[in-house]
Amino acid sequence: MAVLVDKNTRLIVQGITGREGTFHAKGCAEYAKQFGNDIVVGGVTPGKGGTTHEGWPVFNTVEEAVKATGANATMIFVPPPFAADGILEAEAAGLPLIVCITEGIPTLDMVKVWEVVKRSKSRLIGPNCPGVISPGKAKIGIMPGRIHKEGSVGIVSKSGTLTYEAVYQLTTRGIGQSTAIGIGGDPIIGTSHIDALKLLNEDPQTEAIIMIGEIGGTAEEKAAEYIKANVKKPVVGFIAGQTAPPGRRMGHAGAIISGGEGTAASKMAAMEAAGIRVVKSPAEMGSTMAGLLGKK
Amino acid sequence: MKIHEYQAKEILRKYGVPVPDGEMATTLEEAETAAKSLFSKGNAAVVVKAQIHAGGRGKGGGVKVVKSLEDAVARSKDILGMQLITHQTGPQGQKVQRLLIEAGSAIDRELYLGLVLDRATGRIVFMASQAGGMEIEEVAKETPEKIYKQPIEPALGLQPWQARNLAFQLGLTGKQINAAVAFMMGLYRAFVDNDCSLMEINPFITTKDGDLLALDCKINFDDNAMFRHKDLKELRDLAEEDPLEVEASKFNLNYIKLDGSIACMVNGAGLAMATMDIIQYAGGSPANFLDVGGGANQEQIENAFGILLSDPNVRAIFINIFGGILRVDVLATAVVAAAKKLQVKLPIILRLEGTNVEEGRKILKDSGLKFEVGATMKDAADLAVAAAKGGK
Repeated sequence: MAVLVDKNTRLIVQGITGREGTFHAKGCAEYAKQFGNDIVVGGVTPGKGGTTHEGWPVFNTVEEAVKATGANATMIFVPPPFAADGILEAEAAGLPLIVCITEGIPTLDMVKVWEVVKRSKSRLIGPNCPGVISPGKAKIGIMPGRIHKEGSVGIVSKSGTLTYEAVYQLTTRGIGQSTAIGIGGDPIIGTSHIDALKLLNEDPQTEAIIMIGEIGGTAEEKAAEYIKANVKKPVVGFIAGQTAPPGRRMGHAGAIISGGEGTAASKMAAMEAAGIRVVKSPAEMGSTMAGLLGKK
Repeated sequence: MKIHEYQAKEILRKYGVPVPDGEMATTLEEAETAAKSLFSKGNAAVVVKAQIHAGGRGKGGGVKVVKSLEDAVARSKDILGMQLITHQTGPQGQKVQRLLIEAGSAIDRELYLGLVLDRATGRIVFMASQAGGMEIEEVAKETPEKIYKQPIEPALGLQPWQARNLAFQLGLTGKQINAAVAFMMGLYRAFVDNDCSLMEINPFITTKDGDLLALDCKINFDDNAMFRHKDLKELRDLAEEDPLEVEASKFNLNYIKLDGSIACMVNGAGLAMATMDIIQYAGGSPANFLDVGGGANQEQIENAFGILLSDPNVRAIFINIFGGILRVDVLATAVVAAAKKLQVKLPIILRLEGTNVEEGRKILKDSGLKFEVGATMKDAADLAVAAAKGGK
C-alpha cells in the first residue's frame, strides 16, 4: 500500500525548466523507473508552453498540463515570491496532491493559501519540505532515493536531513520504510504531524512509525494526543532543538521558541505521556525502532 | 528582522495610530535639542528611553521620566553608551547607542494589544488584555482568560466588529470605543502592509484626558518577505546583532552564536539542531548553530570555517554531515582543502554518513591532517567533547 505516492502517481513539475526543477524531475523519474514505474508526465513554466524539456512536454498553465497529461500530483520548485501563487494554481486545477519544496515563502502568503487549502480536496505537503517517498515504488521530492529500502516503518518529519538520518539508521539495520513524509519546517504547512500520522496509521503496509519534530508551535503536542487516542502501532519520537535558545529562529522559519511555547521539553513530555518511545539522541532513532520491532 | 521602538512608532504614525511626540537622538546634543523642543511645546514631563532591541529596558534602568531640561540631559548622559542589561540581553548587556526622547504621558490605564500568527489556525490573531505593562507571556501562562483574541480571516481583514469587541473587553467606554477601532484597524493595516511577524503595543494606554496612545511598540518582520520591502531593510541596525552573525549572513550561512566551546558545521537545519543536542547529551556545550545547506562547496566551507574560527570560545570543531544529494567524498575534499588553506589548528572531529562515505573517509585519512572521525554520531560527539576539554 504505502501512502500519497506510488506507481499510480502521475507527476507534473511546476518550475520544470529551472535548475532545481530539472534536476529533481530527473531524480524522481529515475527513482521510479528502477521499479518499472514512469511517474513524471510533464511540467509547467509560464511562457514556455508548447516546448519540450528533457523529453517532457511543458505547459503554460497547470490546468493545461492536467488536461493534457492526466496528472494527479505536482511538485513545486517555483521561487519564493511566486510559490504561493503556484500552490493556488495547482489547487484550482484540482490536483489531489501538491508537494511544495520551495523554502522561504512569506508567511502572510501562506496565511492566504491555507484559507483555500484547508477547505480544498487537494492535499498540500510542505512548503519548505523534502517531499514524500514510498521506497520501492516512487518519490516526489528531493530526498536521496538510494538510502531507502522498502518495508514497514512510516516516517513523518519536519526536517529533511533528520528524515534521511532516520531512514539511513533503519536501512543499515535491514529495516525498510513504507512511506517517509517530510511535512516541512515552516510555521504554516499543508499537512501537519496529525494528518500524516492518520495516513500512516490507516496504511496496512505501515507497522510502526518514527515521528520527528522540532521546536516551535504545538503541533507535536497535538499529535501526541492523537497518537494516545488512536494509534496502536509502536511509535519512536525525536525532537530537535533541545538546546536551542528561546526567541531565535533555528534555520527553519517555524523553528522558534516564542512566548514560552514550542519548547522541546514540552513536546517530549507530551509524547512520552502518549506512550511514544522518545529518544534524546538523534543517533538512537534506528536502534530504538529495531528494539521495538524485535530486531537487532 | 527586528527594529527599534522609534522606528516602529514612525511606521505607526504613517497608519494614523497615535503615538507620543518624540525624536531619536544618537548624541547628547541631539537629546538636549529634542528635550528642549518637547518642553517648549508645553509638555510637563519628558521620557528618555534607551533604544536597544531587547525588552525589559525599564527594569534595567534604560527608561527615565524627567521634569526639567537639566535632568533630561543628565539622564541622557547616564543612558547613552551604557551597557544595558535586561532579561533578554544576556549578562553582558547591550550597549545603548540611540535614545528616544519622548513627551511624557498622563497615564490612566495600561493595556495590551498584539498581533501575531496563530500557528494552530494559520491565521493572524489580534490579542488584547487589560494586563498591560506586564510580560504578556506571563499573563498567558498565569491567567490565559485575561487575554482576548480575534482570529482574522485573511481575505476580509480585521473587521470593525472584531475591534469593537476587543475594545469593550478592554473596558473602554464612550468615545474611546471608536478611537480604539480606528487604532486597531491602523495596526492591522500596518502589520499586513509591512509583512510583520509580530506587533506589540505594550502598554497601550488611556490618558487622564481619555485619549489612546501607543506608549511602546515592538515590531518584528518576516525575513522571508523582505525581498518586497527594500525600504524596511534599511531599518536594520547591525550594531544590535552579533558581529559573527552579521558576517555569516553575508555568505548566506545560517549561523547563530551560542556560548559553548564546540563549534558545529552541519547540513540541514534539523540535523544542525540535533547536533547541538547530541553535544550537550555527550556532556559538552555547542558554540553555535550552523546550517551550511545542501549544496556546500569548498568556498562555502571555507567561509564557515572562517566564522567558526573567529569565535574565541571555540576549542574543537564538529562537522556532522549526512551526504544525500551532497556526496560525502565531494564534501571531504572540500573540508580538506579549506582546512589546509586556512591552516586550522583546532581539533576537527567529523561524522560523515551517506553516499560515497568510504571514499570520503579515505580522503580525510590520506590528507595528512589530523582529523578524527567518529564511527557514529554519538562516538563523534564524545570525541568532540573530549577534544574540547583537552584543548583548554
